[in-house]
Order: sequence, then structure tokens, then C-alpha cells
Amino acid sequence: MVIMDQPQGSLAGAAKAEMRPSPVSAPEPAGETIVRIENLTIRYGDFSAVKNVSLDVYRNQATALIGPSGCGKSTLLRAINRMNDFVPNCQVDGRIVVRGRSIYDPGCDPVDLRRHIGMVFQKPNPFPKSIYRNVSWGAKINGYRGDMDALVEQCLRRAGLWEEVKDKLKQVALNLSGGQQQRLCIARALALQPDVLLMDEPCSALDPIATARIEDLIDQLKTDYTVVLVTHNMQQAARVSDRTAFLYMGELIEVEDTHVLFTHPRHPRTQAYITGRFG
Amino acid sequence: MRRHLRNLLERGIGVAMLICALLSVATTAGIILTLVGQSVPFFRAVPLGEFFAGRKWAPLFEPPRYGLLPLICGTFLITVGALLVAVPIGVSAALFLSECAPRRLRDVLKPVLEILAGVPSVVYGFFALTFLTPNVIAKLVPSTPIFNAASAAIVVGIMIIPTICSLSDDAFRAVPRSLREAGFALSATRFEVAGRIVLPGAASGVVAAILLAVGRAIGETMAVTIAAGIKPTLTLNPFESVQTMTAFIAEVSEGDVEAGTMASHCLFAVGLVLFAITLGVNLVARWFSRRFREVYE
Amino acid sequence: MTSAAPSISMLYQPRLARRKACNVVFYVTGAAVCAMTVALLATLIGVVLKDGWTFLTVRFVTSFPSRIEPELAGVKPALFGSLCVVLMTGVISVPLGVGAAVYLSEYAGDSRLNRFIQLNIANLAGVPSIVYGLLGLAVFVRWLHLGSSILAGSLTMSLLVLPVIIISAREAIAAVPQSLRQAAYALGATRWQTVRAHVLPSALPGILTGVILSLSRAVGEAAPLLIVGAAAFMLSMPGSQAGGGAWNKLVAIGTDNFAVLPIQIFNWCKEPDVVFQQLAAAGIVVLLAALLAMNSVAVGIRLWHQRKRTW
Repeated sequence: MVIMDQPQGSLAGAAKAEMRPSPVSAPEPAGETIVRIENLTIRYGDFSAVKNVSLDVYRNQATALIGPSGCGKSTLLRAINRMNDFVPNCQVDGRIVVRGRSIYDPGCDPVDLRRHIGMVFQKPNPFPKSIYRNVSWGAKINGYRGDMDALVEQCLRRAGLWEEVKDKLKQVALNLSGGQQQRLCIARALALQPDVLLMDEPCSALDPIATARIEDLIDQLKTDYTVVLVTHNMQQAARVSDRTAFLYMGELIEVEDTHVLFTHPRHPRTQAYITGRFG
Repeated sequence: MRRHLRNLLERGIGVAMLICALLSVATTAGIILTLVGQSVPFFRAVPLGEFFAGRKWAPLFEPPRYGLLPLICGTFLITVGALLVAVPIGVSAALFLSECAPRRLRDVLKPVLEILAGVPSVVYGFFALTFLTPNVIAKLVPSTPIFNAASAAIVVGIMIIPTICSLSDDAFRAVPRSLREAGFALSATRFEVAGRIVLPGAASGVVAAILLAVGRAIGETMAVTIAAGIKPTLTLNPFESVQTMTAFIAEVSEGDVEAGTMASHCLFAVGLVLFAITLGVNLVARWFSRRFREVYE
Repeated sequence: MTSAAPSISMLYQPRLARRKACNVVFYVTGAAVCAMTVALLATLIGVVLKDGWTFLTVRFVTSFPSRIEPELAGVKPALFGSLCVVLMTGVISVPLGVGAAVYLSEYAGDSRLNRFIQLNIANLAGVPSIVYGLLGLAVFVRWLHLGSSILAGSLTMSLLVLPVIIISAREAIAAVPQSLRQAAYALGATRWQTVRAHVLPSALPGILTGVILSLSRAVGEAAPLLIVGAAAFMLSMPGSQAGGGAWNKLVAIGTDNFAVLPIQIFNWCKEPDVVFQQLAAAGIVVLLAALLAMNSVAVGIRLWHQRKRTW
């Protein structure tokens, strides 16, 4: 893992630092806020998984959520597209505003919301259907009226999978390798043209080579989409994200531009975590 | 010496238990041997062509007629009718239970289904004869005779609802949670997840459930004998009296059947056909359920 | 691609209102179907109670059936017959079934023979009960010359319930943790000692539950006994002509003809007169009450066991 990833990671990091237009110490990077989380508290019964978190996610950036396991980063991510609705006794206080709409208002329809916020899960979970039907599934139920073949091709290309599967679109997706399955899941999410793509540890079930491909992909996707990424892998956060939020015991300890957070963490706990003293 | 004795005991018990287990094999062998052995004289006397293609079944009349088609047809009519009742109800109840229903409702409904499954089949026969036929079917189709296939089909349907529902429910719950989450994340409603992910994902499991229920419906005896009548009729009209294979066996053996008579051989011949059909259905059901388990393991 | 994205998103017509309506219809249908099954059960019980109400007296369970005076008819011999059959079926099938289950889960390992036996048991569980009746008729009634007796009926019933008992006993035995066996083996116990002293006692509640449930199935089962030749109307108790000691009496009961509750009900069902329908309904109430009692015992054992179990 280290041997494979290190050169590429540092290269990407270096390139990013050079290309960044704003000054290194800028507290608020340029870009429009697309998801605004305000004083969010999430409880499962008596247990508070997320405590009073406020966080802005900017358009066309990758925002990483890091922290030790059980720190609430996945719960926070799943609150953004209301996947927590399916957890019994999950109670949400505070607001999340997506494109100007508060998504926990009674008037907001989670089904409609999820059309604009795609999600990729920890373990690749393609449907036991053909590759083609996996990609077209979401578009179909959402009444896509354009050329479905073109959409499928475009999404598979975008996910960097087209060349590998173009001759076997009718084959069952379960025959693909783990990394291919995960890219298929990304293509499947892209087929709805979401604004935001939520990724819940998308590489944790993959081998290093597949991981590197997904990371490259995330980097490319930023041009068109906004990515929020949960990861337990700090190198990954450093490699692919523009901003990083560190959560600990449900609280947001620090959020900063990635290279700042990893080089000059303000909070001692962040310092301890990124230097590997716990987690 | 003592150790020797203990080893002997140990051995003896192992052998005794093996015999218990082999008893099931002996039962199967016994069933096949008696059914085949007892019906050999029948097939010597009646050509296979008449048996399977003959359109009239009157084995106890003079001259006897041994065309099995009316009985097959009766069984078929009851089974199809039962499926028309049980499949929509059983599968949709299972889908609703596994996908939408709150835990409380599940806790109420599961015992209800268990009770429905535990009610003896004579009770269903009684229900069909004294309630369904006069109060429901005669109102819909006034010319229906007291004994009719429709009432029997409905109660057999009710009897197999629990089988279909609980086995389908198991199949639905075996579909991984992650697939449902993927569906919801793609902006699907619960109905779309249920209908387009869970149902197709569990299809072979549901087919297995339905086939096992078919096996039960074909072998169902008492309710059918009470409600559908004992008149072998080659018809697909559910509002007529029909006789199934099982009802024939029950009818004949009610009067004492002398061993070695043609009536006795005839009984076993019909039993053989019944056994072969249900065994086939059960084997296909097992194949489907094995295939279903392979998908998610 | 980048420039195409906005125009593409115009091509979606999610028709949310329609899809939500479908969703609501799904919920309503599901709830209605569930309500319907409950209503079905309620109707079934209601019909039986209403029809049988007039006959539900103590006299009904202490009298003999009668064609001439149906008003005075009862289910005494049928009830007794059912009791005898279920007891004898239990005595025959429980040791055999538990033995087979112990062999399959503790002795056999994963051999080809084991798999064959298991496949065989699974298939036997799907054989129609009436086919067991034919087997019983050929083997027990005719070949072994037992006649249409309680013994022949019980042997037939035993074969019918054996697969179910074996399957449920295997589940109960499989639930006993492996560590318990290893602990016993580590102390030098032989296989049978381990089974007798540790595995069977731990699995006993589960086995008992399965046994009671499968025997309750046998109580309601009429078809195989009909084939074996259970009597339509018993006008005396089985074995009542026999004199002498207890053993003679027992033999007489075992070899006498008999009636059982479901067959008695079946025969009343076939009579056109309304009074017989009421008798059938009353018989059904007695039968259902017996089943309910058996099932309550099974549920009781299960609950008691769940509370007691510590692993």
C-alpha cells in the first residue's frame, strides 16, 4: 500500500499546492457553499453520534471527513442525503441546507433530495443485474427521456470503466472485480447527474491498485461534481481532498484546507491523530 | 474389561442411531416399493394410453373406465385456483412485512400465519362447505352446486398462504441491506426498492416458496374431499363438482378395500402418480432455493 | 461532457407525485392484505363457534356419536382415539426421530451418507400425507396383519411426523454451542457420554417444542388414518370388550378399531342435515382447543427456555 501509493500521493499533493490560486493561509477558500450544515446533532436513542456540528461544503471541491472509528463521520455523511431516515430512533436536530433548501423541513422530500445527492457505499453494492441495467436503473425510475445508451456510455466513461466493460454491458455486474464494481457504483450514481457525491469509505474494501484508480477518479470528478468523502485513511484524505474536517467523539474538532490541516493543525487532538498517536 | 464393555456400548449406540437415521431411507424405499408393487397388476390390466389419455374415470362401475385425466384436471383446477388466491396475498403480505411493516405489526401477523398454518384441513373443508359455498360462491354464481371446485380452491389457497408468505419473507430478508440502500440512494421510493430490487432479487426464492406450496396443494386431501365433491369431471369450470386424485383415494378407501382387488390396485396407481408429481415439484423447488442461496453467499 | 451536464439534467422527469402515489397504494395494499389474513382467521373461528355453540356442553365430550339421535351425539370415542394415537405416535416417533437427529448431527460428520439421508428426509417432509396412508395400508394393515387398529394408525402417523421431528431436533441440537462438547471431550468423555450428559439436556427444550408441534400436526391429520381404515362411527370405546389385566386391556386397545376427532368431523360434514353441521362445528371447537393447548405448552417451553438459557 505504502509503496504503491506514496509517490503518486505526494505528486498529487505537490501539484495541488502549486496550482492552488488562493493564498495558503486563506481561512475560506473561494467557491459557493453547496451544502451548509448548521448546529447538527444526531442521536440514536440516548447516544449522540454527532454533536452540534457546523460545516460548509464548497462546490467542485472534495471535502474529506476523517476521524477515529465511531467518531460520527459516517452518520454525518448519511445525514446529508437523509439515509439516516432508515435507522430506527434516529433523531436529527439542527439544519442542513442544500442549494438553499433546508432538507429536514417537512416540505422537503427525501426521494427528490437523493436525486441531487448521490452516494457511494463502503462495500461495492452493484445490483445483481447487468452492467447496463445497473447504470440505467436510477435514470429509468427518475424518468430519463434522453438516449439511455448514450447516458450509460457517458457515465461509464466518466467512471473510467467504459473501456473495460463496453463489450459486456449485458453481463451480470457481480462478475466484475471489486474495484470495477465500485467504479460501476460511481457510474450508477453519476447517471442521475447529482450535484453532490457522497462517498462512505469507498476504498476500504479494495486492494491498493483499485484504490489508486478510485482516488484518481475522485480527483477528476471534482471538475463537475462536489465530493464529500469519509475515510479512515489519512493519506487518502491528504491525496484527494481540498478540505478536511476532523471529527472526534461526534464533535467537529477542526476543519481546514487539507494541506493546512495536515501541516499546521491548530488543535492538539488533530495533531495527535494525524501523527498517528491514536485512532 | 470395563473399558472393553464401554467401547462395545459406545459402538452399539452409534449403530442404533444409524439405524434410526436409515429408517427415513427405508420409509422412502417403502413408499416407492409399495406404490409400484401394488400398482403393477393395475398397469398390467390397463394400458398406459388409456390411463393417461382416457377422458372418463369410473373405476368402480361396470364396465370400469380408467382415464385419469378428470382427476388430474380436478387437481390442476384446485391447485391453480389456490395459487390465484395465495400467491398475490402471500407474496404481497411478505413484501409488505419485510419492507415496510413496523416490528409491532410483524409480531402480530407472524403468529396469525402460524395459526392459519396449524388449523387442520378438515376445518378448512368445513369452512368451505358451510360458509364459503352458501354465503359467498352461491351469491356470486347462483347455479353452483354445493360441492364445487371454487370453494375448495379458495380454502386450499388460504391453507398455503402461510407457506408462501413465510418462505417468501425469508427470501426477501436474505436480500442484502446494501442493495436496498443503493436503491434509496438513487432516489427510489420504498415501493420501487421493494418492487424493482427486493422482489427480483429474491425471485428464485419466491419461486421455491410457491412450488413448495404447490406440492402441498396437490397433496391436500380432506378439505378438497369435503368441499369439491367426489364426481370426477373433466372441466376447467371452477363452479362445478370435481374430484382430485387425493379425493379419489380418500373416497375409495372409506369403504373397505379388499387387498388384491382391482379397486385396491387402482388406489395405489393413483397414489403413485400423486407421489411422482409431488416429488417432482419438490425437487424443482429445492433446485430453485439452492440457486437462490448461491446468489447471495 | 462538462457543457452537456446542465442540458442533460433537463431530461429527467421524475414524476414524484405519481411515484409517491404508487408508494401509498403499496402501503395500503400491504396493510389491507395483512388485515385480511387476520380477518380470515377471525371469520373461520367465528363461523365454527357460531355453528357449534349449541352443542358445546360437557355432554358432548362424554357421549357417543349417534345417527339416530344426533341431538345426543358426542365425541367421546373419537377424543379417546385421538389421544391414544397421539400418545402412541409420540412413543414410537420421538426416540427414533431424536436418535436419527443425534446421529446426523453428532456422529455422521459430513459424509456422503449423511447428505443422502438429509436429502431424503427433506423430500419425505414434502410427501403428501395421504401417500403415507397408502404405505400404512400396504405395510402395517395388510402385510403385518395389524388390521385397521390404533397400532397401525400410530405407526403410519409416526412415519409421517418423523421427518418433521428429525428436522426440528437437528435444529435444537445445532443450537448447542460447540464449546460445551469440546469441554466434555476434553474431560475424557466418550461421544455418547457427551451427548447424554450435555448435548441432549441442553437441546431438550428445543426438541420438546418441535415434538409437540409435530404431534399437534398429527392430531389434526385425517387423511392417512382414513386410508388405514379408522372407523367412521365408533359406538363403543376401543378395547372395551377385553377383560383381564392391564396388559390385556392395553393390547386390546392397541389392536381394536378406532375413530379420531378429525375423521369424526369429516363424517359429520358429509351429512346433509344441519344438525350434523353443528355437530361438526362443535367437534372442530374441541379439536382446535386441543391443538391450542398443545401449542401453548410448546410456546411455554420456548419462553421458559429463553429465560433460562445463559449462553
